[in-house]
Amino acid sequence: MSLVTFLQIDLPAFLTALFATLVCALTGNFLILRREALLGDALSHAVLPGIVVGFLISGTRAALPMILGATGAAVLAAVLVHFVRRYGRVEPGAALGVVFTVMFALGVVMLEQGAAHRVDLDPDCVLYGQLETVIWLAASGPSSLLDPAALAQLPRELVTLAGTFVVLSGLAAWFWKEIQISTFDPELAGALGIPAGLVRFGVTLAAAIATVVSFEAVGSIMVVAMLVCPAATARLVANRYGGQLATTLALAAIAAVLGYASAGFGPALLGAPIALNAAGMIAVVAGVLLGAAALFSPRHGYLRRQAAAT
Amino acid sequence: MSFLDTEIFARLFEVLALRAGYNANTVIAGTAVLGAAAGTVGTFVFLRGRALISDALSHATLPGIVLAFLVGSALGLQTRSLPLLLAGATLSGLVGVLAMHALTRLPRITEDAAIGAVLGSFFGLGVVLLSYVQTLPVGGQAGLKTFLLGQAAAMARTEAIAIAALAAATIVLVVLFFKEFRLVAFDRDFAAGMGWPVSRIDLGMAALGVAVTVIGLQTVGLVLIVALLVVPPVAARFWSNDVKVVASLAAIFGALSAYLGAAASYAFASMPTGAAIVLAAGAFVIFSLLFAPRRGVLGVALATLRFRLDLLRVRWLAAIHTDPARSAVSGALLRTYLRISGLIDRAGHPTAAARRLAPEAARNLELWIAALARRPEAVPPGARFGVDPAEAVLPRDLVAEIGGRTP
Repeated sequence: MSLVTFLQIDLPAFLTALFATLVCALTGNFLILRREALLGDALSHAVLPGIVVGFLISGTRAALPMILGATGAAVLAAVLVHFVRRYGRVEPGAALGVVFTVMFALGVVMLEQGAAHRVDLDPDCVLYGQLETVIWLAASGPSSLLDPAALAQLPRELVTLAGTFVVLSGLAAWFWKEIQISTFDPELAGALGIPAGLVRFGVTLAAAIATVVSFEAVGSIMVVAMLVCPAATARLVANRYGGQLATTLALAAIAAVLGYASAGFGPALLGAPIALNAAGMIAVVAGVLLGAAALFSPRHGYLRRQAAAT
Repeated sequence: MSFLDTEIFARLFEVLALRAGYNANTVIAGTAVLGAAAGTVGTFVFLRGRALISDALSHATLPGIVLAFLVGSALGLQTRSLPLLLAGATLSGLVGVLAMHALTRLPRITEDAAIGAVLGSFFGLGVVLLSYVQTLPVGGQAGLKTFLLGQAAAMARTEAIAIAALAAATIVLVVLFFKEFRLVAFDRDFAAGMGWPVSRIDLGMAALGVAVTVIGLQTVGLVLIVALLVVPPVAARFWSNDVKVVASLAAIFGALSAYLGAAASYAFASMPTGAAIVLAAGAFVIFSLLFAPRRGVLGVALATLRFRLDLLRVRWLAAIHTDPARSAVSGALLRTYLRISGLIDRAGHPTAAARRLAPEAARNLELWIAALARRPEAVPPGARFGVDPAEAVLPRDLVAEIGGRTP
């Protein structure tokens, strides 16, 4: 593999995967601490029809129309869940399950029908992600990394994801105290005049945006692994609130690096010159890390608890 | 191709009318039986709150399906063998459920986090294995993709018959054990006290859920099969509180959704069957949410309006009882209502019937006011203040307390 193909193909795809994983892990961290992991699962499915509508109206895969459509779909999903719960008197889990599967089905059907006109977005992208289409053709050598003209041609997905990560990290740092207090002590938040409802809405909106901007890279379903696994692993190994977030992001980066590397280069090392699905591999590594923490975590792992029991 | 293409609609009606050929008809009928089974079994998945666990289980079947395919081609099978693939699916689905249980037992890991982690990671593993299989020089790997979103048209006639037979068997089992399932779903402690093998019955219910999930994989697809289990019962729930009625309605909704969805996937090329079926099932939910007589949005709104008008009628009757000269009715809606009820004449004056009913209405209203002043918590939920006969609706001791007649 030459340096140019690395710059053109592997580097942008890897960075896209890395930022997708980081964006999801960042928002997933707050969802897990609020015990709302399910919301990530539901959102990632329910926003699909909105994404498709945004795409069909704008005709491009630009982030903004898709985010607007997805936000609309998320609001519609919330209203539907409310109605099904209130009138059908069913438990929240079932109401959520009904609404997000039906909306996902609607999205898939719309994709199939829309795909006939504009073959740019299809169910395969939703299921497997499309990391392999993220390429940086303007790269001609290491100097391109400093060349503004070449950098301006960086793939749209990568720029969107990196930008989203920077913005969401900034917001998380800016409202650090507010999020922390309203997560762990809503009553104290009320007493301090922190609008806990607004913070909650912000966290949910951030999670919705994270699923929308990463779905092209990793698909609608593997997003759930990126949202949940690093944060849940960090719950098993970290203790302080700040340590929890740092550990989550570190684990996400490890999963992205190991996953991308083993998908792209692992088979070649074993003598088979093929590439496996990198998004899937990252989800697997994230799951393996969680499994390892479940077994070996010094504080909460199974082995530790067995040793403590004997 | 678009939805507005008349040719496509003509084709859809042809398929719906079962005129699309022997093979298609068998597959569509078999899918309808599967839908009925999913609705029946799904009622208990839903009542036991297992919707999301089933979702994780179905996503976790993907690595097993692909591994079974690899095993099959290593053994030299030329075409994919459905029983082998479904055995692999069951095995890896169960491994996923075990992993989930193990994670949930840890401190700090909530059940929904465990569900999300297993669902995403196992699905990821399946996608990795799929991407590996696609590089292999063996036949049949294209068919594996139909397990994701379902493709009824990819099914052979014999497969459709086998699926229908298995689905019918699960329906028979639910009917046979209906009493046991209902009691365990609603009142475990009571069932245990009666000496029933509660955990074995519960396990049986879960096993039937797994069975329907697995036999539905190829038709509906693993991404959306859980919806076929849960959406029809939720739609049915709007119409009744009786489990027997809910399960029967869910079976009907499930069968109709499966029939419509399978037919649509024949009519529109490349329409994933699972998505079409689930969308049809979703339409039943929306319809029930709006139009179910007692729980639906319209039904509830009408009942509220009716109650408001009835209460105004009672207040008016009480007013003309205390002061026969005061008979003016304010509000056009109330005036129309009283006119239809025969309580006022065309000129707006109380009729003889109104004069006859007024004393009792006034007395009833006084009883209600007294009851609410004494013990509002004793008023049974759903009783309509001032409108329902207080002596029949309120508890006997409260009626005695407020000076009503007790039977």
